[in-house]
Amino acid sequence: MTIRPPLGRIAAPVTLRPHLPSSGLVTPSAPFRREGPAKLTGTALYTDDLVFPGAWYGQTIRSTEARARLLGVELDPGFDWTRVVVVTAADIPGANIVNSIQDDQPILAVDEIRHHAEPVALVAAPDRALLREAVAHVALRTSPLQPVFDPLASSQVFAHYDIQTGDVEAALAGAALVVEGEYRVGHQEQLYIENNAMIAVPRDDGGVAVHGSLQCPYYVHKALRRSLLLSDAQAQVIQAETGGGFGGKEEYPSILALHAALLARACARPVRMIYDRHEDIAATTKRHPAIVTYRSGVSADGRLVAQEIEIVMDAGAYCTLSPVVLSRGTLHAGGPYACPNVRIRSRAVATNTPPNGAFRGFGAPQTEFAAEMQVNRIAEALAVSPLELRRRWLYRPGDTTPTGQVLRESVAAEEALERAAEASEFERVRARTAAARTSRVSRGDAADGHLAHGIGLALAWHGAGFTGSGEVHLESVASVELTGDGRIVILVGSTEMGQGTKTIFPQLVAEALGVPMDDVEFAPQDTSIVPDSGPTVASRTAMVVGGLVIGACRRLRAVVEERSGAPFADSYRADAQAHGPTRIDEHFEPYPGVDFDDTTYRGDAYPAFGWASAIAEVDVDLDTGEVAVRSVVAADDVGRVIHPVLAEGQVEGGTLQAVGYATIEEIKLRDGRYLNDRLATYLIPTALDAPRIETILVEAPFSGAPHGAKGIGELPMDVGAPAVVAAIHDATGVWIHDLPASPERILAAMASRDAESQG
Amino acid sequence: MIEPPLVSPDTLSAAYRLLAEAAYRPISGGTDVLVALSGGLGAPPERLLDLWRLDELRGIALDGDALIFGALTTYAEIRRSAVCRDLLPAFVEAAATIGAAQIQNRGTLGGNIANASPAGDMLPVLLATDAVIVAGSVRGERSIPAASFWTGYRQTALAGDEIVVRIRIPLVADRQVRFRKIGTRRAQAISKVVIALSWVSAAPAEPWRSVRLGLGSVAERPIRATATEAFLEGRLPTSDTANTASVRVAAEIEPINDVRSTADYRRAVTGRVLYRLIREAGDW
Repeated sequence: MTIRPPLGRIAAPVTLRPHLPSSGLVTPSAPFRREGPAKLTGTALYTDDLVFPGAWYGQTIRSTEARARLLGVELDPGFDWTRVVVVTAADIPGANIVNSIQDDQPILAVDEIRHHAEPVALVAAPDRALLREAVAHVALRTSPLQPVFDPLASSQVFAHYDIQTGDVEAALAGAALVVEGEYRVGHQEQLYIENNAMIAVPRDDGGVAVHGSLQCPYYVHKALRRSLLLSDAQAQVIQAETGGGFGGKEEYPSILALHAALLARACARPVRMIYDRHEDIAATTKRHPAIVTYRSGVSADGRLVAQEIEIVMDAGAYCTLSPVVLSRGTLHAGGPYACPNVRIRSRAVATNTPPNGAFRGFGAPQTEFAAEMQVNRIAEALAVSPLELRRRWLYRPGDTTPTGQVLRESVAAEEALERAAEASEFERVRARTAAARTSRVSRGDAADGHLAHGIGLALAWHGAGFTGSGEVHLESVASVELTGDGRIVILVGSTEMGQGTKTIFPQLVAEALGVPMDDVEFAPQDTSIVPDSGPTVASRTAMVVGGLVIGACRRLRAVVEERSGAPFADSYRADAQAHGPTRIDEHFEPYPGVDFDDTTYRGDAYPAFGWASAIAEVDVDLDTGEVAVRSVVAADDVGRVIHPVLAEGQVEGGTLQAVGYATIEEIKLRDGRYLNDRLATYLIPTALDAPRIETILVEAPFSGAPHGAKGIGELPMDVGAPAVVAAIHDATGVWIHDLPASPERILAAMASRDAESQG
Repeated sequence: MIEPPLVSPDTLSAAYRLLAEAAYRPISGGTDVLVALSGGLGAPPERLLDLWRLDELRGIALDGDALIFGALTTYAEIRRSAVCRDLLPAFVEAAATIGAAQIQNRGTLGGNIANASPAGDMLPVLLATDAVIVAGSVRGERSIPAASFWTGYRQTALAGDEIVVRIRIPLVADRQVRFRKIGTRRAQAISKVVIALSWVSAAPAEPWRSVRLGLGSVAERPIRATATEAFLEGRLPTSDTANTASVRVAAEIEPINDVRSTADYRRAVTGRVLYRLIREAGDW
């Protein structure tokens, strides 16, 4: 059911209380986004809009080889270098390390180049023409080294996991049916609308302030402190308006901020580093490619009895976030199905390609694609409806996951599945497509036209918040302050990048304090003002930080009401006048009963899971293999809906991103370099390629969060691709094991199927 | 971005004189040249000759039994042209597949022709309709048939001082023209394969005459599949015709693997789409 502000009323914010039952925990409403008018009218200030008088322009000198010995950075003696500044690794005061999980990635390469487009030196100049001229006079002296491009041939392992439960070998040996598969998925570019951008401004205290397009101000803060040897106060990170992230501005802004700050330090002026699209695609992180091999065992009575899974992720040249991406991919690899005997082995390995990193779904879309392919192929082998098979196998409350986690509450796999199936009339459409397929085959020809229609189904789970004990280690803080002049201010490090943080947090605070939303302010994401609420990633903001914000509000409300003896809304202004400011810092406390052992990988991998189902309908052109995704019905369990319109926006955007992943998005490499590193060649779906998307918001609240919300952003990314590929199979009869399911792959699969049937 | 010096003459004769004096890269809408410049793709031209102000090169006109397009006719103008829609709908269809609205407002037919990309979407239609490309210079004008205009990879029959001034497409009674572009997505995509097929036949039961098959993205330049054309000449659009023609065309072309697609795919799809077009014509 699509919820839209009624026409004719869009001039004023509307509050919608549509099909959603009131939870008592949070009242869904759909006020306009806080930053919406500024974005619509062009007054919102993105990084490149910020003016710093006297600022210089910075550029990165990058490697043009995938692997080489770096012998020197040579500056043409014929060029006047006094007019510009050049920075190399020797100019870094602290560690030449981009702070992350492992200390392996240099800010600027020394001795060895490990991937194409690796930063080696930096140049800044007062104007772009001089900058271009200077850059043309820098040369890298290198001698080639043998690169590694095949992840299966890589001997350098950044991380590996092994999850075991039951006895897989015995279960497979005793299974009535064993289905094997190997699935390969490639890079995917986040393609946020605003490229990575950063401006560094020297501070009077010897530190630096950076203004940038970023998701995680405190990641950048930590990186700056460590490598520039700055105190907490000397390093200041300010988020500018940010045009999308999708994970692509989770860790990458750290290296860009370091580059800009090093140049600003060298020239003692503000330095602007605004990537163009080509540099952004060529150099920044992508979704990890993965190879997933799978063996599933089914008993004679149709139960899923064994899953043996091996995952290899291609991390690229440096570790970045690969251990946690791999961890999430590993933990989700079985799919949302109860199975007594599971073994999942995984590794993330190094290749001489640009480092991969965070992208919506964070490892889970790769492995859940494989999991869903297996279930769909098993359904075909058993001649059972894929819907019916999932009904038998899906997790229900009380089931145990491969890490031994008992799913005690908030389990909505069944509801997500059934509601999507009902809304799409899955079985009725499937019967129709099956009949059309049979008549095509019997006539030996595409006699009913060259378009074949198909429907496909996928189901997924997605752990809410950080993996394992991640949330405990983050020690997140969120604050709410009643200022001395009687204003209510939310102080969080959580960022707005289009997903709605700036709107839903004031909603939560307004409800918790019983005041109008317009009376609630949202402090800027500036590390000198707001606390570290943890990164804005992992769909954790609404659930974890939102929960802290509500906790802070409850305490603030109690303090004021106890002092005034009157309801907060009626008394807070007078309270501020009488008592001055009151600030509540709410610290994260572990969710009760949630326990995970990071070393053995046993226990509660996530405090709760979100559940998602997608049912896609496609038309495949049998002449050309072109796929048109006609519709996707998406049912996503988000715990509790806070803002139905923004929630639907997340599902629609994520679904379209998944459709692109499924059908056309592909990075092609030659010698470790991305060949299609421009918008003319890296294609994502246009409005014409977008299916009709019907969103169903399912609510199975999580009791650990005061408002019950679990997060939403990543759910649709897990299910879109396998649903589309299942629909392509339904239309054509061929399985495409590798993403994207391009027309080239579809035609090749149909040709080899036809050759087999004739041979 | 390197910005070469740019001259913007107001008259065609002034443009000719400049071209006779020095090596200029002519530029009209700039939708190819500026992309290459800003992307640093290839060596930048020494100087640019901006043709955009030459109103003499604009407009679509019906001239007896031919449609005349000024070289600066934009794709948007082609899409909006009533005479074009009535008399040459396949041309309108092709123009509609190029880029986004912004590109269609700036990009020109003359630019598409002179840019000489093997993937130029309009070019197969020009080949299939026996278009004549009129080139001009201080030395006067000359007519170059589309079939001999593109001579190699991004090479044309234009001399260094010549520019495309107009395009003449003869209108032939009872001619049918079909266009099909296969791209990676439904809009704003560079083609994997472009096919334009034309034939003359007064009634469905009459054999095809004057068959032309223009193809893009399957060779180093836009080509006519002359062997397949010869096979189709004088035949009826039957199942046998479609089968043989699709095999012939697949053998006749020389596609490559590139960033957009594979040689195998292009070969297979060219054959299949030709089969489909013949089948639709035969209505079986």
